[in-house]
Amino acid sequence: MRARTKKILFSFSLLVFLFFYIPILFVIIFSFNDSKLGTVWTGFTLEWYGSLFKNSQLIGATLNSLYIAVITTIIATILGTLAALALHRYTFIGKKSVEFLFYIPVVIPDIVVAVALLAIYGLLNMSLGLNTAIPGHVAITISYVMLVVLARLSSFDSSLEEAAKDLGANEWQTFWRVTFPLIFPGIMAGALLAFTISLDEFVISFFTLGPGSNTLPVLVYSMVRLGVSPEVNALSTIIILLMVIVVVVVGLRMRKGENLNEKKL
Amino acid sequence: MRKSFKKAYLLLSPSLFWLTLFLVVPVIFIAVISFTTNGDFGAIIYKFSTKAYASAFSSLYAKVIWQSIWWALVATIVCLIVAYPFAYFIAHAGKWKNLLLLLVMVPFWTNLLVRLYSWIILMNNKGVINNVLMDLGIIKEPLALLYSPGGVIIGLVYGFLPFMILPIYSSIEQLDKTFLEASEDLGARPIKTFLNVTLPLTFPGILAGFIITFVPAISVFVVTDLFTGGKLLMVGNVIRDAFLVEMNWQLGAALSLLLMVLVLLSLMLFMRFTNRKDRKLLT
Repeated sequence: MRARTKKILFSFSLLVFLFFYIPILFVIIFSFNDSKLGTVWTGFTLEWYGSLFKNSQLIGATLNSLYIAVITTIIATILGTLAALALHRYTFIGKKSVEFLFYIPVVIPDIVVAVALLAIYGLLNMSLGLNTAIPGHVAITISYVMLVVLARLSSFDSSLEEAAKDLGANEWQTFWRVTFPLIFPGIMAGALLAFTISLDEFVISFFTLGPGSNTLPVLVYSMVRLGVSPEVNALSTIIILLMVIVVVVVGLRMRKGENLNEKKL
Repeated sequence: MRKSFKKAYLLLSPSLFWLTLFLVVPVIFIAVISFTTNGDFGAIIYKFSTKAYASAFSSLYAKVIWQSIWWALVATIVCLIVAYPFAYFIAHAGKWKNLLLLLVMVPFWTNLLVRLYSWIILMNNKGVINNVLMDLGIIKEPLALLYSPGGVIIGLVYGFLPFMILPIYSSIEQLDKTFLEASEDLGARPIKTFLNVTLPLTFPGILAGFIITFVPAISVFVVTDLFTGGKLLMVGNVIRDAFLVEMNWQLGAALSLLLMVLVLLSLMLFMRFTNRKDRKLLT
């Protein structure tokens, strides 16, 4: 690239980063603002964080989110991993259709999944509660787990499995002693992805949760609808900081993993 | 790869069962509902009717549909114009690449509602932008930034820009550099190399980015909902209200199905123009 092109691209990208981060920065700044109203700085306070930790609704919603995310992650990880093994190992009739089916949750608008589930629950006269959000959460996360595990399966040397078999291991032993340890990082990455997507999911929860059982995003929605408030600033700040930590930790681990792989090669 | 129909489906059966029961069947049910008759108090009368579709294309809702398509399209194109040079820069940033990518991942993973809220702080009538403009004496009355189509498009772009950046970044990153060198060695100017080599080779990334940005952008209801309090509508708002407020499931189902058809068409188009390797770009 020529120096001038590079300079233009650099300035442009800097603007994009500012576009990303300036709004977030204002949320963080105003979460420490003494004034209850508006966006004029009047002084520093931690009051809003204090009132958040006493907010029982918020604590309940956070626990609900974690509950749904954990159950979703367990189911989606097991189902997605099994599917990835099938798609990696075998050719079979209908494979193309199965692959197409797994791409649907990746691209389908979440509102369609949400209202379709709501309609089915209505048809079956089911009362909505906390657990009614789980089927939808699992349905949209299975594919991500499958794709991540499949990528891992395709990247390792299948001669290792053949070697185990030549040495007399049966299929079961080969899986648990060779395949599973090798794809374990992929399974963990898939599980983490499922967990994060579930924790972040709003639309499906909004439609399929029963009254009174909120998740964190649903609670944030109802708070934001009421307008700008210092509590929402504080809550958003906490969510943003948690995301920064997760992204940095995952990013660093992935880099480490990549480096290890490169060394092995 | 082995041929074993039985073992393959044994491993696949739990996920196929789940996806069928909680995705395929509900969507088919929605398709059925969209052709039924709307009874009193939202009752579903199983008598064939195309009234829901007639109503979806009536002047009232057709306007919302076109408006949604238009706003989502403008937002997606803005995303593309912003994302391509940005992704190109990151992909060529050498040792800074990973750090810059992390900086994109933070907004990508922060909840959409939180990110939209940050723009409400900036753009509402007593918000930062209006305050600054009024203090500088540029305007006397606060501008209704949030309640305009422009505000909605900013919300859509801010919400879904990372979806466009990541696949384009991957496709630029995976680009075989020897093609670029070959083009250069053969005497092509940088702009020509870019237009004739880089752009066509990264086209799958652009296509993937276009789909995964356009789909959420056209179906989202929280942007119009939170920015304009329901004064401006997109398809998502109508679907939500049809199901939760007006109890007109037929209309909501018909609109959902139209969205679904749009998405499946774009997915088939994508699969037609790309190979297996490119499909990873969708995720």
